[in-house]
Amino acid sequence: MSVASSHNQPNYHILSVLVQNRPGVLARVASLFARRGYNIFSLAVAPTEDDALSRITIVVDVDSAPVEQVVKQLFKLIEVVKISELDPRRSVERELLLATIRVTSENRGQVVELTNIFEGKILAVGVEAITVSLDGNPDKLDDFEDLLRGYGIVELQRTGRVALPKLEREARLRAVKGKAV
Amino acid sequence: MKMTGAQALIKALEMENTEVIFGLPGGCILPAYDPLLDSSIRHILVRHEQGAGHMAEGYAHVTGRPGVALVTSGPAATNMVTPLCDAYMDSIPMVCITGQVPTTAIGTDAFQECDTVGITRSVTKHNELVMSAQDLPMAIRQAFHIATTGRPGPTLIDVPKDCLTNTMEWYWPSDAEVAESLPGYRPTTKGHPRMIKEAAKLILESERPILYVGGGILKARAAEALKELAELTQIHVVTTLMARGAFPDSHPLCLGMPGMHGNATAVTAMQKADLLVALGARFDDRITGKVSGFAPEAKIIHVDIDPAEQGKVRRPDVPIVGDCRLVIEELVKAIKDLLNGGATQADTGLWKSRVSGWREQFPLSYEMSEPGEALKPQFCLEALRDSAPEDTILVSGVGQHQMWSSQYWKFENPYSWVNSGGLGTMGFSIPAAIGAKVGRPDATVWAVDGDGCFQMTAQELVTASVERIPIKVAILNNSYLGMVRQWQEMFYEERYSEVYLSPEVPDFVKWAEAMGCVGIRVDSPEEVQPAIDKANGIDDRPVVVDFRVAASEKVFPMVPAGATNDDLLLPPTQMARKEFLR
Repeated sequence: MSVASSHNQPNYHILSVLVQNRPGVLARVASLFARRGYNIFSLAVAPTEDDALSRITIVVDVDSAPVEQVVKQLFKLIEVVKISELDPRRSVERELLLATIRVTSENRGQVVELTNIFEGKILAVGVEAITVSLDGNPDKLDDFEDLLRGYGIVELQRTGRVALPKLEREARLRAVKGKAV
Repeated sequence: MKMTGAQALIKALEMENTEVIFGLPGGCILPAYDPLLDSSIRHILVRHEQGAGHMAEGYAHVTGRPGVALVTSGPAATNMVTPLCDAYMDSIPMVCITGQVPTTAIGTDAFQECDTVGITRSVTKHNELVMSAQDLPMAIRQAFHIATTGRPGPTLIDVPKDCLTNTMEWYWPSDAEVAESLPGYRPTTKGHPRMIKEAAKLILESERPILYVGGGILKARAAEALKELAELTQIHVVTTLMARGAFPDSHPLCLGMPGMHGNATAVTAMQKADLLVALGARFDDRITGKVSGFAPEAKIIHVDIDPAEQGKVRRPDVPIVGDCRLVIEELVKAIKDLLNGGATQADTGLWKSRVSGWREQFPLSYEMSEPGEALKPQFCLEALRDSAPEDTILVSGVGQHQMWSSQYWKFENPYSWVNSGGLGTMGFSIPAAIGAKVGRPDATVWAVDGDGCFQMTAQELVTASVERIPIKVAILNNSYLGMVRQWQEMFYEERYSEVYLSPEVPDFVKWAEAMGCVGIRVDSPEEVQPAIDKANGIDDRPVVVDFRVAASEKVFPMVPAGATNDDLLLPPTQMARKEFLR
């Protein structure tokens, strides 16, 4: 998942979408994006503190469509209850990466060292491969992934980001008003 | 009270004041057809499920109440996809109920199983697979609520067979319970007061204003409010294809239809305006032409109940989300307040004289046929129009005949025009006319159809005959897929590819008679009036008049696809004075 760095003008937006926890909701969201030609960088779904609701965190490519249209079209889905648009610069984002790396007895130590520098975990060690995990800011995961690539990635899986507004400074959580029909 | 899911389904439809269902039974929906025998609801048995869907649409168009269609699973559900998409594009309230294989068989590729909610997801405002008989009353209640509120649209409830045969305990959800069950659905109906004030100011400041009126006016039942606004401000009105009849064509302020085949005045007035007040209209590509060149000097006030329409095509200067009727009423008040407070309206005199100049120079026109030449379709439409009983409802298919109908008819009342605008569904007119006649049995219903369209859904005339629904059908028969022919003539160097339909087969008169209708063939101008008089005099069965018209006739004016509205093509006789369109 390579979205541009979030320092200046991010080309992505994070939408935190609260939906009714019902069958088919994810399919509705996915088919809306497909139907309207919006690109998704990543998507993560999970239940919330309220059993009746789930939260879908969507990272949208704003080059493919103005985010305002994406939000309004999403709102038209009956089961969408609330959409918060998170400014990447003012939110905390986390993601988890799992990777199995091809190693030899010579370079295994380098991969272990690299994982430790990034504060990742070693999950399994084999003769020719090693499985590591890293959670954290997606940018950090990007860097880690690039470095691992040099050793030979056997398999790699990332979860897609989840996000919440930052607490410290004034959290810029913009609840979009005017529920669509 | 205990009852079966099937009984609950029919009872729920009764509770929603359903007076008629358009449908066709089959395996999975069978249990629902049994209690229907004991219900007060009229059922109209169609010959193809697509017909049921378009009938429900036609019914909804003229009554404003949701049309209801009831069909079985699998192929019946897939046959319903076109009407659902049509209703979705044109914001028609409609509730469709489909049968589904029993819950235990879902996912096994059972006989007549298909993923109905999956297939119809993107062509419905909402759909739902019911998984228990107990859920049926709430699901039906939600379906009607969603279909008829906010921006109207089609909803679908998919009901597995065992949910119809299982027993449930009857209940009927209250309004509050329905609202509570849909926490994410709260349509905005009242416009923002500050925006309305802003709009009122812009309207009074404008020197070249136009009211750009779309189908939303009819959905909001806002024709009266619109008239008040137009007359108060003396602003000209254009009515889009979906809004024909929302403002009387005979009104001095009415400029008629804009767009790809709009009249030159309506197209140009929008193009040269300094303010467009879009009321329930969505800046469709058929209206704007090339978007970047559309109404370049106009500020935009956009009133729409669907927030997603705001800024979708053209960024409004004043967006107002709300119900058109409520917003226009508030707007009228705000304008009156400003005027009473001493504000004055800008002088629009110069603009008005330009507009009336265009109207004088560029009326709709066609060349009458010389003796011995083929009949002109526009001539047939004018004769139909002039002989139509008051309160006639006109229904059309899609193509040249649709454009001529919209151009040459004089629409005086709202809900007197039914057509397929957004989706452009050929074959729409016959079933939609049947639905319209069921909804308004007192009104004369004329379906104007092309010979191509007619052959797509003509079988529903059997339904009309058997159910005693005496609609009248005028086929403008040029033996071509006429609109496609026109494009091939104009934009493909007259290379006609697969557009010629046989002039001899089918024999439309015999076909009409075989379906229990009266069939009349018209070849020459002298035969036109007698045939129309005869058709208007028949009220006990459907009539089909086969007008044999000139194949070479084209629809003008025309804005070629991808061109701006400045590049309007006028009828050949007017092209020489095009420079006056400034």
